[in-house]
Amino acid sequence: MMNKVNKKILLGVILFAFYILVHVLINTGIIDSYYELNLVIIGINIILAVSLNLITGFTGQFSLGHAAFMSMGAYTSAILTAKFNQPFILALLLSGVVASVAGILIGIPTLRLKGDYLAIATLGFGEIVRVIAINTDYIGGAIGFNDIPRYTNWTWIFASVLVTILLIKRFLNSYHGRACIAIREDEIAAESMGVNTTYYKVLAFAIGAFFAGTAGSLYANYFYFIKPDSFGFMKSIDILVIVVFGGIGSILGSVIGAISLSIISLFLQGIPELRMVIYSVILFVIMVYRHKGILGKREFKIFKSRKKNRKKVEFNVGAISK
Amino acid sequence: MWVLSVNSLSKNFGGIKAIRNINVNIEKGNIIGLIGPNGAGKTTFFNLLTGIYSPTSGEITYNLDSKIRTKDLKPHKIVHYGIARTFQNIRLFKDMTVLDNILIGFHNRFKYGIGSAFLRLPSYYKAEANAYENALELLEKFNLLDKKDELAKNLPYGDQRKLEIARALAAKPKLLLLDEPAAGMNPIETKELRELINWIREAFDLTIILIEHDMSLVMNICDEVLVFDYGNLVAQGTPEEIQNDERVIKAYLGEEVEEC
Repeated sequence: MMNKVNKKILLGVILFAFYILVHVLINTGIIDSYYELNLVIIGINIILAVSLNLITGFTGQFSLGHAAFMSMGAYTSAILTAKFNQPFILALLLSGVVASVAGILIGIPTLRLKGDYLAIATLGFGEIVRVIAINTDYIGGAIGFNDIPRYTNWTWIFASVLVTILLIKRFLNSYHGRACIAIREDEIAAESMGVNTTYYKVLAFAIGAFFAGTAGSLYANYFYFIKPDSFGFMKSIDILVIVVFGGIGSILGSVIGAISLSIISLFLQGIPELRMVIYSVILFVIMVYRHKGILGKREFKIFKSRKKNRKKVEFNVGAISK
Repeated sequence: MWVLSVNSLSKNFGGIKAIRNINVNIEKGNIIGLIGPNGAGKTTFFNLLTGIYSPTSGEITYNLDSKIRTKDLKPHKIVHYGIARTFQNIRLFKDMTVLDNILIGFHNRFKYGIGSAFLRLPSYYKAEANAYENALELLEKFNLLDKKDELAKNLPYGDQRKLEIARALAAKPKLLLLDEPAAGMNPIETKELRELINWIREAFDLTIILIEHDMSLVMNICDEVLVFDYGNLVAQGTPEEIQNDERVIKAYLGEEVEEC
């Protein structure tokens, strides 16, 4: 029991040390702006992948509209910070809320669809958002939105990634999260056990969209400039690739997937003509030899007791607080 | 006292009359057997009772904690009313552990909100710890405790059936609907199942309706048997009465042909 608490403290210390280390390296210039840029991209990809995993991996709803939620967050944040000079924390949270509300509105009619049909519907939603953004002059239309203040830095990225993972993990370890997983496993059985499937599908969609929105906000306030085409269909596919690559239904998998795919494409930038070829081959090989993704459904094993039971750990902590 | 009353219930699928004008009352505490040839409408009847289908005409009334009428029947609400079911083709959450399967059974007893889950408020720990203990208790009663961390799909067939019943009981139902619980079981397993069903009726104070093709099971444990044929309720009575009922023999074996 104590062992468990110690491990949590140890994990916290390691994460904090990592944060400080990178922070110092950035400030002393050892990590230059190019590597910092990649750190930011990795962080944003982790948030996107983990939040999409909640929708697709855990709740089993195949969504191709994740980039649209990101784009809504990005534009919300851009408008709030560039046009209204609002503080970044407010823009970040509101970006999530706007994306989340969009998730609910689009989720209620489409989530009665299943599998491929849902994928097509969410794909359509993504295109609608993109086309609306292109045709709205207020946010720059097809030219894009310029002069967004840069607020995103290592601290914001690190904190956002941590909060995203922590909250989604906590959600999944509650009865709400179990209901979502049960829907993926067998919708009819879940319903007959009292799970309101529509409610939980929309809920998972809303939570996933929220974090995608914050990822968009972090993106907009780092790159000074956003345009509708950055959040098109291909961006949704990129996120989905990370999720599938890391392992559908594994949070750690999404994290590792985001990191490794970002690093792979970073290294391949040296050979631009072969970049997409090699990238595709790597994806191909992974899918052939590990079709459940790098981690399958496995979770944070390193930080767990050797016993197989993950719930037990949770509940022992509960017993102490009781 | 009756717990379920069905009045002139009918269900059509296009031109097929799956259930025709059924009237039946179910008394509290009984084990009711539902038998009939394949395609007689037994599972359709269950799906009507659990709100998966809505009836073409007729009325279903439950007398549990409160009176429940047809229009209130939604699949995700029936557990809340005190009705739980199992399925003909086992529907476990295959990639979840045995324990998590049971915890889903507790779903409608949890009350804490999403905020509580995010922030891990005391209500979270209290409710989860409580459910965890209850789940272990239930698993112990079903001799599944040592398998609690296994994935449901890795259990042997008999244990999967047992787990599905345990999951249904986790919801604390007053009325339990079992759809072919003995399907695919060997005679020894069926005998164990018979003891299990008798035991859960006493231990959990249940009314049980079961669809079954295994006559040894039906005739041994049921207080009352309903016979379906082509969507009609052709006979109703104690197992002895049913065994000697001409209409039942006709439904199963066909009519006797007069010799020329």
